[in-house]
Amino acid sequence: MDLQTVNILLEKYFEGTTTITEEKQLKAYFTSNNVAPHLAHYRDVFGYFKTEKEIKFDKKLPLQPRKTKTVKWISIAASLALLSGTVWWVSNSNEAQANELGTFNNPEEAYQATQEALHLLSNEVNQGVEGMAVLKQYEQTKRKIFKKQSNKQSK
Amino acid sequence: MKSLEFEQLIAPFKNKVFRFAKRLLVSTEEAEDATQEVMVRLWNKKETLVNYNSVEALAMTMTKNFCLDQLKSKRASNLQLVHSNYSDNRTGLEKEIEAKDSWNWVEKIINTLPEQQRLIIQMRDIEEYEFETIAAVLEMNETAVRVALSRARKTIREQLVAKHNYGLTNS
Repeated sequence: MDLQTVNILLEKYFEGTTTITEEKQLKAYFTSNNVAPHLAHYRDVFGYFKTEKEIKFDKKLPLQPRKTKTVKWISIAASLALLSGTVWWVSNSNEAQANELGTFNNPEEAYQATQEALHLLSNEVNQGVEGMAVLKQYEQTKRKIFKKQSNKQSK
Repeated sequence: MKSLEFEQLIAPFKNKVFRFAKRLLVSTEEAEDATQEVMVRLWNKKETLVNYNSVEALAMTMTKNFCLDQLKSKRASNLQLVHSNYSDNRTGLEKEIEAKDSWNWVEKIINTLPEQQRLIIQMRDIEEYEFETIAAVLEMNETAVRVALSRARKTIREQLVAKHNYGLTNS
């Protein structure tokens, strides 16, 4: 490239009117080995531009696939399912029990069943009371012994 | 969209986003964080990306907004970080010392420009974007972009000429 063209291009360059192609020509000229001495300081500028373009970004990008989000949603769904399942099961079994409380259509049958139930209850209670009668014997004996002991101590 | 497809989608402009962020934030670490952040945000809206004409322009706009927010909150906090205080990792690598030294000068000059001009220089002179794209990303009209670009280029020239003529200025 002859000096005159370089001068024209430089002038346009500083006015901001050069095209990309013209700027590439300038870069090529100023990074070559035959730059006119009085333009030598422009070598720094165009040389700098050229080296700056070679800087690379070589760090790894922390790109996480959407997995984390899906896992989160799956766990939320699973816990919801578990919770609603438990609630359903509990309420269902309660209902079943409530149904089993049994109703009688015939009042006589109901009366009989109630009597039977009360009999059963009182029998059990009586058995318990009989058992307690035996305990009374123990209590008396214990009192005798402990009285003696406490008497001895007081003497 | 699988992560592999996404990597392929962003591959052509991943580095541009990083350099763009670095132009504003200066520090390499912060620019890396910003790039990761922007890419993750893109990844999160990957289903809607088909609606955009250019994912690259979208990514650049997101980067610009994110970095400007970063700078704003940094300025708002008491801890003020002065850009020239950063030592860049790469400069320590002492490669091509002499050439790099004068290129560092260019970098320093560019980093003193207003943010908008810095971004325009980055997009035009380094990444070689057309004015149309630059205007879209920066939400300006093309004429304003050209004016700002011309101003930035002239500032760089003036400062560089001054440096060459006197040899020493503040470093």
